[in-house]
Amino acid sequence: MTGGRLVVVGNGMVGQRFVEALRARDHDRRWQVTVLAEESRPAYDRVRLSAFFDGVTAEELNLHTPDDGVELRLGEPVTGIDRHRRVVTTPTGEHPYDALVLATGSYPFVPPVTGTDLPGVFVYRTLDDLEAIREHARGRSTGAVIGGGLLGLEAANALRLLGLRTHVVEFAPRLMPVQVDEAGGAMLRRYVEELGVTTHLGVGTTALRPGPTGTVAALDLSDGGTVDADLVVVAAGIRPRDELARAAGLALGPRGGVLVDAACRSDDERIWAVGECAAVDGTCHGLVAPGYAMAEVVADRLLGGAATFPGADSATKLKLLGVDVASFGDAHGTTPGCLDVTFTDPATRSYAKLVLSDDARTLLGGVLVGDATAYPTLRASVGGPLPAPPLALLAPAGEGGGGVTALPGAAQVCSCNAVTRDDIDAAIAGGACDVPALKACTRAGTSCGSCVPMLKQLLDAAGVQQSTALCEHFDASRQELFDIVRVRGIRTFSQLVAEHGRGRGCDVCKPVVASILASLGTGHVLDGEQASLQDTNDHFLANLQRDGSYSVVPRIPGGEITPDKLIVIGEVARDFQLYTKITGGQRIDLFGARVEQLPQIWRRLVDAGFESGHAYGKALRTVKSCVGETWCRYGVQDSVGLAVALELRYRGLRAPHKLKSAVSGCARECAEARSKDFGIIATDTGWNLYLGGNGGFRPRHADLFATDLTTEELITLIDRFLMFYVRTADRLQRTSAWIEAMDGGLEHLRSVIVDDSLGLCAELDAAMARHVTSYSDEWRDVLDDPDRLRRFTSFVNAPDVPDPSITFAVERGQPVPTRDTRAGTAPPGGNAPPDGAPARRRQPVALGLPEVRR
Amino acid sequence: MSGTVTVDWTPVCPLDRLEAERGVAALVDGVQVAIFRIDDELFAVDNLDPLSGAYVMSRGIVGSRGGVPTVASPLHKQVYDLRTGLCLDLPGVTLPRYDVRCRDGLVEVRLRQEE
Repeated sequence: MTGGRLVVVGNGMVGQRFVEALRARDHDRRWQVTVLAEESRPAYDRVRLSAFFDGVTAEELNLHTPDDGVELRLGEPVTGIDRHRRVVTTPTGEHPYDALVLATGSYPFVPPVTGTDLPGVFVYRTLDDLEAIREHARGRSTGAVIGGGLLGLEAANALRLLGLRTHVVEFAPRLMPVQVDEAGGAMLRRYVEELGVTTHLGVGTTALRPGPTGTVAALDLSDGGTVDADLVVVAAGIRPRDELARAAGLALGPRGGVLVDAACRSDDERIWAVGECAAVDGTCHGLVAPGYAMAEVVADRLLGGAATFPGADSATKLKLLGVDVASFGDAHGTTPGCLDVTFTDPATRSYAKLVLSDDARTLLGGVLVGDATAYPTLRASVGGPLPAPPLALLAPAGEGGGGVTALPGAAQVCSCNAVTRDDIDAAIAGGACDVPALKACTRAGTSCGSCVPMLKQLLDAAGVQQSTALCEHFDASRQELFDIVRVRGIRTFSQLVAEHGRGRGCDVCKPVVASILASLGTGHVLDGEQASLQDTNDHFLANLQRDGSYSVVPRIPGGEITPDKLIVIGEVARDFQLYTKITGGQRIDLFGARVEQLPQIWRRLVDAGFESGHAYGKALRTVKSCVGETWCRYGVQDSVGLAVALELRYRGLRAPHKLKSAVSGCARECAEARSKDFGIIATDTGWNLYLGGNGGFRPRHADLFATDLTTEELITLIDRFLMFYVRTADRLQRTSAWIEAMDGGLEHLRSVIVDDSLGLCAELDAAMARHVTSYSDEWRDVLDDPDRLRRFTSFVNAPDVPDPSITFAVERGQPVPTRDTRAGTAPPGGNAPPDGAPARRRQPVALGLPEVRR
Repeated sequence: MSGTVTVDWTPVCPLDRLEAERGVAALVDGVQVAIFRIDDELFAVDNLDPLSGAYVMSRGIVGSRGGVPTVASPLHKQVYDLRTGLCLDLPGVTLPRYDVRCRDGLVEVRLRQEE
């Protein structure tokens, strides 16, 4: 049976992963796949569910990618399985199957306590649950969570974020009893209580009592105490959703779950189970990594393979309430004769325990609380020899990293995707030379990302050196050059290349150095030697177009413009016969200017109060905005006002690449701020700041960095973010790639610009203050200086002759380049297009629609 | 430009009108010529970017590659050897060259294309 009709019940994380794994292998489309899902939403990242309260939207948690070989039926729960007829029933019909995969997941266990059905009592499982919690929390002050395990602490943090005073009630004598031992639990409790969460350990909940309005108001505890709470979340564990299997007479595990063998097949050979609903050889697994492994096994089996479930890695690393907690292997030391090595540091408030075999040579497991940097190396070493002496491994800010070379080949580096060190080494041998390449070809590091530092170490260990040299003229990277220029006070390219490089420079290093000099505020970009370093756009302060003409973009801060200024732009365009187009950044681009026309155009614009929009520079472009609370019925803050202020503050700031921003006046996000390098979204009480967004070639949503900021706090963070980026990013590295490449990513960025971990903030603030006060309009500066103006001629020996090669035709009532140059073909003279260059075919766009009648 | 052959030197501009490491365009008998000054050496090539068809070579960034003086097209950054006109990034593509010299402080160009 390696083809036919395949029905998948459930579209959770594991169900989705299974479908993807199958489709990736099923090249001949042997299986026709139908997915029947109970929830109305396609698969989403339940592991990151709590991020919903940080402002991450349901769309961003989405894991589902449409596939035309898969029919996904949402909101259509399966109600029965008829094994004899091989059909499943749903409220709307029947679906026949040749193979059936159950991926029904689990449901939250609610203890049999009076009052759990009261309004205001919730479970913590789906996005709908979270939405209901958020709704109920509005206007209420106290919350309680029943359950102090992993999910319970997540829920507690969520209640905190919703502004509730929060209690956690845990039946066991410590928090996270499954993962953490007693000493680790004690350390964890200190952290948690410092955040204002009250813990009640070693007590059960005996009843939930309603208040006068009928909603929940208090919990009665087994020690006789009471906790007042007007919102309660029950997070007391999960149970497998095995009711379909049970009704269909399939064998179940001893503690529930669909009993399956190591191939994840049930006692009906056509029915399989994966994820939390499956009891593999009797044991259910509540983490996503084993679920993914099961998904891969069944996908393989359905296409004739012989994969078996490799056993579960129950290792966990998470950040709970800002505390790193990790546990792996035999964390509780249940192996007979095992030895513990523990390490407690009250100063750094970290706790660590390693469990070793009786000869102290083999690592069996461990617990880390407070500092989990050693986690990737340690987890991968479980079952093998210790990569270093125990204390060296546990010491904070780990020497532990050095252990990667000793890692055995079979050790799992990425447990989410079951990638071993051998897999990584093979990929490196096959030519993968950086982390993105390793991610692409092994999937390692693409789920939780905790193994990314280890991928880097493995690249190092394999001797892969990623050259950071800028080009053949400089061995230094852009960041190093920036520091050299800044610290040594170098002010010219020739001095820099003479002292720190070689040769004459090139089109790579010259603009980089020009940008560094400009970022450090060394005068006009066209002064002295700097002029020769600039790319043509910066050299002419305009944007070169394909026919050799330039386009001109005046700044229109925030996209706000008066009628009079609009008229001036119209008049300038008309008088110079320029093509006009509204840009994506809420400005107006004027195309088709010849070099000698540029100063004349600027004169008219500058006289009307315009200035350069820096559309030509690796610099701040625009700060886009929606109309905001001034006009909009939904707006909650003055988004246009802030956009104008930000654009004027950061205008002219030279950076490693262009910078874009936007401000939205409410969560509807009409300004598309989350696709920008720094985006701001108004909240009822302030601003949310998002960093590292990108449109273009590789779109990326910006990450939420800080919430409910005052305008002043917001400006401080953006100042530091931009200056840190200007100083440390690579050439042509947008902020998105810069943050992704940063060791520690967004958290590191936060530590630098919020917590001042590098002691840089004062310097960054001062640098931005210098930029703001020294800003001057580059167009006006050229108009005021005859020397600079001299460059703006088409021909040195015929200043009055316009470039005869720039000619226009008319299209839709506007000038456009004539066809010759637009086609991009080689001119007569014998130069054929280079080998292998595909011919571009210009598609006709005229659809024969009627013209607009006037 | 093919067929335009002249043996005369045409004065273009004073030497000090050329910025170091940066080009200018000149119009010589209807032909657009890009002239560069690197140290005390002068180079003249056609201003037409052979790959894009736009007259922009004079606005490219001047530099060196492995000791060879170069100019990069400002449109798509292909690099040319200023001494030979050969494109160093795409085999088979060349930039026509012209004679250029400095006499009595004046830059002069001769359109004869070297073979």
